[in-house]
Amino acid sequence: MDIKVRVWRQENSSDKGRMETYDVKDISPDASFLEMLDVLNEKLILDGDDPIAFDHDCREGICGACSMVIDGVAHGPEKATTACQLHMRHFKDGDKIDVEPWRAAAFPVIKDLVVNRGNLDKIIAAGGYITAPTGAAPEAHATPVPKKDADLAFEAATCIGCGACVAACPNGSAMLFTAAKVAHLGLMPQGQPERDTRVIDMLQAQDDAGFGGCTNMGECSQVCPKGIPLTLIGRLNSDYRKAVRKQL
Amino acid sequence: MAVTGLLLVAFLYVHMIGNLKIFFGAETFDHYAHWLRSIGTPLLPEAWYLYIQRTVLTVAVVGHIVAATILARRARLARPVKYAHRPKVQGSYAARTMRWGGVIVLLFVIYHILDLTTLTLNPNGVHGEVYRNVAEDFAPGRWYVTLFYTLSIVAVGFHLRHGLWSAVRTFGLQSPRGEVYARATALVLSVVLVVGYLSVPFAVLVGLVD
Ligand code: HEM
Ligand code: SF4
Ligand code: FES
Repeated sequence: MDIKVRVWRQENSSDKGRMETYDVKDISPDASFLEMLDVLNEKLILDGDDPIAFDHDCREGICGACSMVIDGVAHGPEKATTACQLHMRHFKDGDKIDVEPWRAAAFPVIKDLVVNRGNLDKIIAAGGYITAPTGAAPEAHATPVPKKDADLAFEAATCIGCGACVAACPNGSAMLFTAAKVAHLGLMPQGQPERDTRVIDMLQAQDDAGFGGCTNMGECSQVCPKGIPLTLIGRLNSDYRKAVRKQL
Repeated sequence: MAVTGLLLVAFLYVHMIGNLKIFFGAETFDHYAHWLRSIGTPLLPEAWYLYIQRTVLTVAVVGHIVAATILARRARLARPVKYAHRPKVQGSYAARTMRWGGVIVLLFVIYHILDLTTLTLNPNGVHGEVYRNVAEDFAPGRWYVTLFYTLSIVAVGFHLRHGLWSAVRTFGLQSPRGEVYARATALVLSVVLVVGYLSVPFAVLVGLVD
């Protein structure tokens, strides 16, 4: 299939940047979106042009690196799918596709589609861990966990920290990411000692990093490649309220 | 946002129920308005309760707007470069229109107070003649006033549909089932409120109240 892509090109963080249009010919419908960009980059390199910089690592939907907004939707039009797992068969021959980086003050563009998502790490560093020494993998029956909690914690733990929630949020908030991390540790017995400080510190880190405030728009959950549910934000709010009250 | 918003919603419901007393006739309605001024007496001097309520409401409205402004400002700062291609936000119409909808509601409240509290803009404008003030306000010849009230109240309805649900989430609602109930309840409460409020101007329009 033949398509046109309009891609954000930005030399470095101080460059103003602009959208540029490229023709991509003879792309297999079975190619992934990133493979399509690879083919385009090979051509750019052969022509002596600068290839398009984009982040990627696993290409199997588990690392969260492949951050790009495709036709205005973080990770593209397929539900619960990362950009690397999106295939060209979901587009039509002759389509014109817009590709942009995550847009957030907290995610400055490094080059083209590559942004610095280090601010998500700052949120994690503020409390997204447990301090109990864990040693080797413990005997699974040593610490009983109710099945309901284990399931929900597992669902929350599937967050790959991609930042699509921030990219999609009209407020530029990282609430879904933070809520997923707070829930996945807060549901486990091992996560209890720091449960209160965790939610307070992680939210503070989120605000300090320049993310916006959550107003329950629900865009995040719509684009999340792991389908992290919005209800976890309610859980975070509840944890936060209890933690603040205990501090009084 | 949630605490001040819910205070305002509580007021909206009480106010709506009070308004419906207009269907019991001029005497009942004027008497109700008079009673509002005497709540709390003789413990409190005449009309003190009313001023206490007005103070609480003003604080709630100001707090609500300050919080909304902070959120809007943070949102603007959090995305300095806009997307070139941005389809409509997938969230509900109500969620997308919270900010401008709120501003419309504020303008309405200002007009409404000048109209039926201070009576500055009211065609009858006699203190104590509450029934006549309302009836002449929505007379068919003043259809544009009725239209403005209608649009504003529908705007309140949309604001609450998202606002009520969002407030429950803010207070920590987290079960998927509770979510379904909360959304349904927010919708029903908003529709009841809109219908309750609109019944008054439309009753005047069709001559049920005159
Ligand atoms: C100028 C006037 C107003 C402005 C600018 C305004 C603005 C806002 C904004 C921006 C939100 C955030 C909601 C979100 O996106 O989640 C909100 C929430 C809300 N508003 Fe208003 N509003 C106004 C008046 C009112 C009035 C008159 C009422 C009630 C009658 C009301 C009730 C609510 C409620 C219950 C919420 C939900 C709180 C929450 O999300 O936690 N608002 N308002
Ligand atoms: S919550 Fe979803 S969208 Fe947000 S970082 Fe985690 S996986 Fe990505
Ligand atoms: S490259 Fe790892 S999730 Fe897409």
